[in-house]
Amino acid sequence: MAKITLSKLRHSYMARPQGPADYALKEIDHVWEDGGAYALLGPSGCGKSTLLNIISGLLVPSEGRILFNDRDVTELPPDKRNIAQVFQFPVIYDTMTVYDNLAFPLRNRGRDEATVKARVTAIAEMLELTPMLGMRAAHLSADNKQKISMGRGLVRQDVNVIMFDEPLTVIDPHLKWKLRSKLKELHHRVNATMIYVTHDQTEALTFADQVVVMDLGVIVQIGTPRELFERPAHTFVGHFIGSPGMNVLPCEVKGGAAFFRGVQVPLEGPIVKSGARTEIGVRPEFVSLGAGGIEARVRKVADLGRHGVVEAVAGETRISAIVHGPMPSPGETVRLDFRRDMTRLYADGWIATEAAGG
Amino acid sequence: MRSVNQKAWFFVLPVLVLVAFNALIPIMTVVNYSVQETFGNNQFFWHGLGWFQDILQSDRFRAALGRQVLFTVMVLAIQVPLGIVIALAMPRKGFWVPVCLVLMALPMLIPWNVVGAMWNIFTLPKIGMMGYFLNDVLGIRYDMTQDPVAAWVTIVVMDVWHWTSLVVLLCYAGLVSIPDAYYQAAKIDGASPWKVFRYIQLPKMKTVLTIAILLRFMDSFNVYTEPFVLTGGGPGNSTTLLSIDLVKIALGQFDLGPAAAMSLIYFAITLLVSWLFYTLMTKDDRR
Repeated sequence: MAKITLSKLRHSYMARPQGPADYALKEIDHVWEDGGAYALLGPSGCGKSTLLNIISGLLVPSEGRILFNDRDVTELPPDKRNIAQVFQFPVIYDTMTVYDNLAFPLRNRGRDEATVKARVTAIAEMLELTPMLGMRAAHLSADNKQKISMGRGLVRQDVNVIMFDEPLTVIDPHLKWKLRSKLKELHHRVNATMIYVTHDQTEALTFADQVVVMDLGVIVQIGTPRELFERPAHTFVGHFIGSPGMNVLPCEVKGGAAFFRGVQVPLEGPIVKSGARTEIGVRPEFVSLGAGGIEARVRKVADLGRHGVVEAVAGETRISAIVHGPMPSPGETVRLDFRRDMTRLYADGWIATEAAGG
Repeated sequence: MRSVNQKAWFFVLPVLVLVAFNALIPIMTVVNYSVQETFGNNQFFWHGLGWFQDILQSDRFRAALGRQVLFTVMVLAIQVPLGIVIALAMPRKGFWVPVCLVLMALPMLIPWNVVGAMWNIFTLPKIGMMGYFLNDVLGIRYDMTQDPVAAWVTIVVMDVWHWTSLVVLLCYAGLVSIPDAYYQAAKIDGASPWKVFRYIQLPKMKTVLTIAILLRFMDSFNVYTEPFVLTGGGPGNSTTLLSIDLVKIALGQFDLGPAAAMSLIYFAITLLVSWLFYTLMTKDDRR
């Protein structure tokens, strides 16, 4: 097990990158603490798989170093790094039994059969694969195959990190939940550093203690699921996490206050940054219908049972609100009230207010 | 009673007619000849299974069958491993992929009798490039028109040149269909190149390899044109394979009855071996 340090990593798939646009990864500095459960979250093409392959050693970065504890592993091939990786599609050795599949990484490293047996039995027990140990792996269902892939990662006790590259893509929805909680449980039991790559916010938020959000080759925010939800550092995070995403309202800043369509919107605290483009960000969860606030016309209403989602427009800007209680009807004019301590200013996409008193 | 729509039969009819004319009727003609004796004038007499007994007991047939089996075994033993090795060595992406594929496909595009003629001219001792080179430059005595061993080497090498590509192309198709993740997982699992071949590449190639071996078995077991053009079955009878012998009996000696019986035995052997091989290879998949 190890602490993993990424130092000034940059990667381009081109031989001679010209500008920042040619880089799939733009300058990444990050430390994955030993034993942590991390999720790497971002849309397709944001560079998360590139980053994962650099950590596993399948790719050598154009610039920068990777350290496992204090050892530089940048140039080492995957089998020398002692890592495990679970891929999007289950990788199993068709001709082997489940037992032999799980034993494969150990036997390749010359462990004796007694050790192999002990480890395989323990891992099979953990993953509920024991009844299938003697079966040919080729005939199993997708979720069991994926469990075998995970098992091959877990079977070595000394792995530095286990990486999951969107491992639930091919799993049926009703089994996804089961496997996801299984993973969480496994993390507690084996206590290895785990990095889970996904574009699905639910998967990321349920699995990880720390979520790393990436977009366009840069890390946008690192935080607990709660921090990402309550205080997105970038409008991208606000959009990407939450359903519906954060409302982003273009605004004007005059004399330390923000104005949306001429109406002053009270913010959580003082503005500390300025930029060419300023926006107000507030999550639909913190927008309520009231007597005061911004005037908007209701366009769509969706009653989801536990709560309702109201979509309104003020000028050109769409604002969603999550409403508990009576719902307005489409076409009606309402007033939207923002909870002050959850209303923030973003300058050029990045957060530009400080919470009052802290 | 539920009425059954019988119209579907009309759609099957064209295929039925086609199969009847190109397979069933010719085969039944052969069956017909194989149990009769004729002295010409379109007069036929019932001969029972006599021709079959004669053929199975004849030394000539056994010798030809022996040569045929030897040829097929040699050809398969060289082409299958060689084909796999070439397929593994071929690039998976980039500029050289189409170049390699076209180069590989070229020998198969040449008409069979042209292949025979090419190799004949190529290997003739005095005028052929290879014949001249071996005899007069390297000083190795090589004359496929006189020496049975040289004749055998030549027909086997010719078949390898002509048909290894088929194995290569089929295996290559199997190889490129393996997702990268398999190789990456094997790397992470610490698998050696041999284990990657044994547990990833070979299993993924199994289906196409089965088809390749089956095609190569049938084609090499029934081979006629190239060795006939190259050696004409000689020197002596040394390269007279079953098909060459069969044509001699049927069209040279005009012994229609024995030739028909021999064809059916020949056909039965090909069918039996193909069926056995296919059944054994796909046994696991049907479990």
